[in-house]
Amino acid sequence: MEQLLLILLFFPLVSAIVTACSGSAAKPVALISSLVSLGIAAVLVLNFIPDASLQFGINYPWITALGISFKAGVDGLSIIPILLTNLLIPIIILTTFKSGHKNEPAFLALMLFMQTGLLLVFTAMDAFLFYIGWEAALIPIYFICAIWGGKDRIRVNMKFFVYTVGGSLFMLLGIIYLYLQNPAQNFDIQAFYNLDLDAAQQSWVFWAFFLAFAIKMPIFPFHTWQPDTYTEAPAAGTMLLSGIMLKMGIYGVIRWILPVVPLGLTEWGMTAFILSIIGIVYASIIAFKQQNAKRLIAYSSIAHVGLISAGIFSLNAQGLQGAMIQMLSHGINVVGLFFIMDIIANRMKTNDIAALGGIAKVAPKLAIVFLIIVLGTVALPGTNGFIGEFLLLMGVYQVNIWAAVFAGLTIIFGAVYMFRTYQGIMLGKTNDLTLTFRDIQGSEQVVLYIICALIIVIGVYPKPVLHLSEAAVQQLLEQVNQKLISVK
Amino acid sequence: MIINLVWLVPLIPFLGFIINGLGRNTLSKNTVAFIGSTAVFASFVLSVAIFMALGNDTHKSHEVFLFDWIRAGQLNIPLSFLVDPLSSIMLLIITGVGFLIHVYSAGYMHDDDGFGKFFSYLNLFIFFMLLLVLGSNYIVMFIGWEGVGLCSYLLIGFWYSNNNYASAAKKAFVMNRIGDLGFLIAVFLIFNTFGSLEFKEIFPKAAGLISSGDSTIILITLCLFIGACGKSAQLPLFTWLPDAMAGPTPVSALIHAATMVTAGVYMIARSNVLFELAPVIQHLIAIIGLATALLGALIALTQTDIKKVLAYSTVSQLGYMFLGLGVGAYDGAFFHVITHAFFKALLFLGAGSVIHAMHHAQDMRIMGGLRKKLPITYRTMLIGTIAIAGLPPFSGFFSKDEILAHVYEQNKIMWAIGVFTAFLTAFYMFRMLFLTFYGTYRGTTHHAEDHIHESPKSMTIPLIVLAVLSAIGGIIGIPHSLGGHHWLSEWLSPVITHHAAAPDHATEYMLMGITVVGVLISIGIAYNRYIGKAHVPADENAERSSLVGLSYNKFYIDELYDAIIRKPLDAMSGFFYRIMDTKIIDGIVNGLGWGTNEASKSLRLIQTGNVGFYIFMMVVGIISMLLYTYLSI
Repeated sequence: MEQLLLILLFFPLVSAIVTACSGSAAKPVALISSLVSLGIAAVLVLNFIPDASLQFGINYPWITALGISFKAGVDGLSIIPILLTNLLIPIIILTTFKSGHKNEPAFLALMLFMQTGLLLVFTAMDAFLFYIGWEAALIPIYFICAIWGGKDRIRVNMKFFVYTVGGSLFMLLGIIYLYLQNPAQNFDIQAFYNLDLDAAQQSWVFWAFFLAFAIKMPIFPFHTWQPDTYTEAPAAGTMLLSGIMLKMGIYGVIRWILPVVPLGLTEWGMTAFILSIIGIVYASIIAFKQQNAKRLIAYSSIAHVGLISAGIFSLNAQGLQGAMIQMLSHGINVVGLFFIMDIIANRMKTNDIAALGGIAKVAPKLAIVFLIIVLGTVALPGTNGFIGEFLLLMGVYQVNIWAAVFAGLTIIFGAVYMFRTYQGIMLGKTNDLTLTFRDIQGSEQVVLYIICALIIVIGVYPKPVLHLSEAAVQQLLEQVNQKLISVK
Repeated sequence: MIINLVWLVPLIPFLGFIINGLGRNTLSKNTVAFIGSTAVFASFVLSVAIFMALGNDTHKSHEVFLFDWIRAGQLNIPLSFLVDPLSSIMLLIITGVGFLIHVYSAGYMHDDDGFGKFFSYLNLFIFFMLLLVLGSNYIVMFIGWEGVGLCSYLLIGFWYSNNNYASAAKKAFVMNRIGDLGFLIAVFLIFNTFGSLEFKEIFPKAAGLISSGDSTIILITLCLFIGACGKSAQLPLFTWLPDAMAGPTPVSALIHAATMVTAGVYMIARSNVLFELAPVIQHLIAIIGLATALLGALIALTQTDIKKVLAYSTVSQLGYMFLGLGVGAYDGAFFHVITHAFFKALLFLGAGSVIHAMHHAQDMRIMGGLRKKLPITYRTMLIGTIAIAGLPPFSGFFSKDEILAHVYEQNKIMWAIGVFTAFLTAFYMFRMLFLTFYGTYRGTTHHAEDHIHESPKSMTIPLIVLAVLSAIGGIIGIPHSLGGHHWLSEWLSPVITHHAAAPDHATEYMLMGITVVGVLISIGIAYNRYIGKAHVPADENAERSSLVGLSYNKFYIDELYDAIIRKPLDAMSGFFYRIMDTKIIDGIVNGLGWGTNEASKSLRLIQTGNVGFYIFMMVVGIISMLLYTYLSI
């Protein structure tokens, strides 16, 4: 058990190297190794004791001169993002089985490389290690978008780059600042928790971290890279970005902002809360009129993430628990939606809603799975989306009832744009183009059936998932409150 | 004890949904119909047994716990069921009427390609509807609440190749969702106030915790009422229901008349303890109910599509139920839910039989004289029409008069409007009956008269059963003034403790007299106009006087919503996307990007480079870091 986390972290890196060298066998090699990773993660989850403690901890001195150590571990806050990452990577690899990419081994190797980066982000207990993981996850996705993206990728990537590099720089400054304030002269998160900074200092650190995380999620008004990037990135890249990467931002807020700078939170948390809620309504309204279904889903993702963020900043058990389970649910649902868009784009050469229609008649299997994913997205009770959105809205409600009403508009607006999309693509008369549509088959079916099963299982019996993070969330809240009380 | 098996009641239709859903393309139509109908019948038998057991039991409220569903902090929501007089009687209606409609559908949908899909959806609907009424807390109720909304969406858009039908389905879902947001907010408020969402925790505490007219309880009941408005098609959220007629007719009978749309009434009756603490909201409910009743009736006066007449009539009758709830006559409103389930299901199924015979024509202007061709349909529909018009001793008379009597005690003007609406009801219903079944046949050669024949037994038998129920259903609530003892009111008394003031017997006889005479006169006017003068409504584009035009065009409410809600939102959408995102925010980012011009130059180099090289570089970087670690230890 000792080395389990180490294996989990570096197995994908080894797989990446093997995949890069495996030539035409890259796809099966990548898939199998990602499944092994999933297996390792499953062992980890099964051996995880759902209390508030840090488990599977590893701690090696690394760059001792600077007080940097390779310190990582798993607790109730990180277990769900870890599960999500290891669950989605094989699914995303499987989605590429039917579509060919040039230079396949490199493409897949980058994905696996990224997996290590993501897992580092979710397990690091050392700020420097966290930063390394953050960048290690960003660089591959940048290449994936820049090399395999759509026609407009150069311009779009420029914007993506400016945003993310900007965000990362601020975060680095924040980390260095904390390090300099730390009498122990290290990057240990525990030491950061115990720092005694005044409100002004905490406010600066808050913004340094928040900018990076807000861009990553993204939160209004730091979002304009996202629709462009999601639209231009190759399908697998979009799934990685929306399914897993944006959770880095959400996780970052929970792990690094809440406990480290609670005073910054009392100063600026409400601003972040309001921005999040504005984003929900703003992005939903934009989604109303989008003609490109992929871009529409990109905007819908901004709305959904806005609610998650608002739930976190409402700082209560329901909001945080809602955020934890919704990270998982949103990842599953959004990957499903983008995969369907990819399937449609591959067959029809367009994602323009106006050009499609009537596909349900010729593709009944797709009609069913697409509908189930739409229902998960609009948070119908009995699907995974409901559990998360219900808890999140309840969390938001406890801050302010009007905030809950405003944020709750997502319930209505979500139905408007998702059902409009579903109707535009699937219902109505079959036209000359859509008449040629082939129903989903093979690996496409496997992926979509798994996603649908997860949507329903989590929706009907969410207890095991909620239980994973319950104690840790409780402890986190106590920690924040205690720190606030001690200051007052 | 049989009551502990209540979880089987929803489970059996759910299994029917699974089997028919999976076998929709492989099973024969007869098998599908058999599985679907038998599942609901089995639930019905079980419901009867539960109902009997509850009747013999001194304890009138049983909770059946299944498992813990959602937990977070103080919040704990179990999936558990509540069997009490209110839910047990709903079980009977849902499974009983539901079964008849399943049987009917076997005939009605026989030539449809989506037969298997249709039956699986119907079973799924029954499942969710049962969940709605069985829930022991607001959240389980909400699962059913949204679940029936989904089934409604699927069934309205059953013939989705027609884009208008698909739009009608979407409209229904979205309008329901507006109400559902109200429901959700109410749930949060309730949890915040009572610390629980369980009925058994909330209702006994309510009166002690909150004083009447407290702002919290007003907000809670207002939000619950908004939820009910969406589901039960009350002003201003009613416009989805007439459009929902796009679905196959059995769906209109089951979902959009007998069961789902009465869920709002059920929910308010269930929460009657809370509403009694908020008189302001009660007045609001009464006013909205009355306005909806009147508006629905006014629109129904001039409609020419047989299903649209029935749809607006449903809106109007639901308005009566809310009027009853608003004056505190919860048992009266619930009584009307039951009788309405009988006669409105009957009328829709009868209309379906006519449409079936007319090869899917629904316009009454091309019907006429059908009573000889469709004798069973005609006779049963006649009974249904009398029942809804409110003539004794048919069921609708008792329930409607009970509501109106209570209204009279509270407010004479509202009573007058309510009675006037009852006269309108009698007029438009007999107008429908006369236009369809009397006079001479007005169809074109396309709908040749010779081809018109009575529907098969699977369709007529449910009609006959429902006609009997519509005729005699009133016996469950015969008032004391007529020598009865109002069984329903007694049965519900453990749940509905409040009894609204009723007028004395003499006043009650007078009120009954006024309605009966007025209804007879209305029927006379309709007879004179549509049989005596053989009047036929004008064509689509004919000139109409302004008042008739207003009714015929549904008071332009859809157009109004379009102008004040949809168009502004669309405009905002364009503004946010093209100006805010593209010009303002991106403009700022690009301005910042100017400073990083150097970065873009190096980027250009990257894009022409070799991927393998970068991966190599990354790996080298990582390995060198690890090596450094190793060496520094």
